[in-house]
Amino acid sequence: MTQITMTQAINRAIDEAMAEDAGVILLGEDVAAKQGGGVFKISSGLTEKYGENRIRATPISEQAIVGACVGAALAGFRPIAEIMLMNFVTVAMDQIVNHAAKLRFMSGGQTNVPLVIRTTTGVGVGFGGQHSDMLEAWFAHVAGLKIVTPSNAADAQGLMRAAIACNDPVIFIENILCYGLKSDDPGPGHVVPLGKAAVAREGSDCTIVTYGRTVLDALEIAGKLADEGISVEVIDLRTIAPYDEATVTASVEKTGRAIVLHEAVKQYGTGAEIASRLNEKLFGKLKAPVTRIGGAFSAVPMANALEQAWIPNKDAIADAVRTAVNWKG
Amino acid sequence: MTDTTIDRDKLRDIYTRTMRVARADEKFRSLLMTGKLAVIYYTVRGQELVSAAAMAALEPSDYLVTTYRGQHDQIAKGVPLNPLFAEIAGKVGGTCRGKGGSMHITHPETGVMVTTGVVGSGLPIANGLALASQNRGDGKVTMVCFGDGATNIGAFHEAMNMAQLWKLPVIFLCQNNRYGEHTAFADHTKVDSIVTRAKAYGMAGVHVDGNDAIAMYNTTKAAVDRARAGEGPTLIEAMCYRMMGHFFGSDFSYMPKEHLAEMAAEDPLPRLRQLMLDHQFTEAELDAIVADLDAQMDAAAEFAANSPLPGPEEIRKDVFEEEIAA
Ligand SMILES: Cc1ncc(C[n+]2csc(CCOP(=O)(O)OP(=O)(O)O)c2C)c(N)n1
Repeated sequence: MTQITMTQAINRAIDEAMAEDAGVILLGEDVAAKQGGGVFKISSGLTEKYGENRIRATPISEQAIVGACVGAALAGFRPIAEIMLMNFVTVAMDQIVNHAAKLRFMSGGQTNVPLVIRTTTGVGVGFGGQHSDMLEAWFAHVAGLKIVTPSNAADAQGLMRAAIACNDPVIFIENILCYGLKSDDPGPGHVVPLGKAAVAREGSDCTIVTYGRTVLDALEIAGKLADEGISVEVIDLRTIAPYDEATVTASVEKTGRAIVLHEAVKQYGTGAEIASRLNEKLFGKLKAPVTRIGGAFSAVPMANALEQAWIPNKDAIADAVRTAVNWKG
Repeated sequence: MTDTTIDRDKLRDIYTRTMRVARADEKFRSLLMTGKLAVIYYTVRGQELVSAAAMAALEPSDYLVTTYRGQHDQIAKGVPLNPLFAEIAGKVGGTCRGKGGSMHITHPETGVMVTTGVVGSGLPIANGLALASQNRGDGKVTMVCFGDGATNIGAFHEAMNMAQLWKLPVIFLCQNNRYGEHTAFADHTKVDSIVTRAKAYGMAGVHVDGNDAIAMYNTTKAAVDRARAGEGPTLIEAMCYRMMGHFFGSDFSYMPKEHLAEMAAEDPLPRLRQLMLDHQFTEAELDAIVADLDAQMDAAAEFAANSPLPGPEEIRKDVFEEEIAA
């Protein structure tokens, strides 16, 4: 079977959507052919097909990029804003949280903002404190935004199609370390619905709930623990908000144990929300406390040795599973 | 030099729009003073004519983006009074089912796409509406209104640069009412005129007396024609004066009394009436227009009073396209 990388998959999803609907446009720094098709080459080849009116290379003006996409969305377009790195969403926060997220509600449903904000981040490439943050929890706290992140190329293609088709604003987080990952080619027209988690591996002793790049870690650990006789179920959320609570709850009800794992810092993260909801739903049925594993509470360090110490450690994740499985109460 | 002639029908149109704004503002202030309404209200007293003349130069299908102090813009653009009054009162019959309020009026049927409470944030959004028109070739123009204070926010500068770069069919209408909340223009901005900032982005910029109906209309019309012809954006700095405090009932002791008196002499309402008389409209004709408007105001206030309050189920609707769980 032919294989496809995550970069190719996202490019294909945007290409398909642009071919189908003239209202799909892409705005961002360096995205057009003249600038090389984006710093991560996601929009490579699209300007040649759709022209500079639809693939618009912008000045370095994050508020103006997101604002223009909000306005175009209000006029019935399906814009995609590329924010080069997730830390730079800070510059565009007003447009995202005060406008994109709230205009449907504040207008009483008269207008809506079908916008995708694509952004990229990831710990482990030595970019340091201002280019590596995972900020999904900020957006999950705002009513009106959907947050999506793929862990493999096929999902990236399908989720991007669904995000562009969605009538609400979607923050689409791409992990730099995943761009080269390959999946079996799902073929054209592949769609993965928003709000549906995937059971990435079935198991019966403990559930790891995670998303994005750490799904790979969880799968690797599950493989190792299987040799010790521990059966781990891995849930890939795919949509972080609103998340597939039914799938998560059903899995943890079955295994009785859960660990929520993410790359974002642990404090006040999405793990806290999921762990708390599991407690509310399954109190009395849990065989061990739900625990969280996330990044350290510091800026992401540059030095590789420190960066590796910052990021959730695979041994620590495996230990957390063992502790849960051996919990005596 | 802008043209100083104007069509009689256009003049009547501007007069009617101005008085609709003025009588609505008067009605709101009286509802607040008599305790029939208890909401925060940003009065537009002193700025009625700016928007009436500007909106008279737009087509109903053109887009408008405005701010919390935008009631004059919305009314002049054509938002019907009944739902507008009901929205400001927080009633379900409002434009936004009571979920927006005066600072967040939306009414797409009349082109009012966004009203924002965040200073300066409408400009980038206006660019996007204009970009959609440019790509579609639908010939629509987008106007965005904001105050002098808004021109010091980053979004203003990003949006001006982008609009000029892409020659978007957008008009930036700065209503320079000389104050940003309690801070006078000279205490927040070092240049004498906002038009200087248009020049900095290579954009056409015009300074106009916003209380001069003919100049205001003709200036806007020229900008609209330019935008429709694909010649790009214009910044209009319309000079006017906020004749009351930041919001109705707020302290305005920081506004020098002598300046207030001086500005009262430039009150756009008597000045417009005089202009109408100079153009051979009769007192009786003008009074009849106002009497008709006042009847509409009474009806709108009654509509708002009788409209029900929104129920708590509204909180779950319109967060996303699909209703969220209770
Ligand atoms: C980003 C932001 N900062 C501060 C405020 C608080 N605020 C509300 S109105 C206002 C003054 C704005 O002045 P101007 O832009 O001149 O508009 P005007 O009220 O005179 O129409 C301020 C500071 C706000 N709403 N948004």
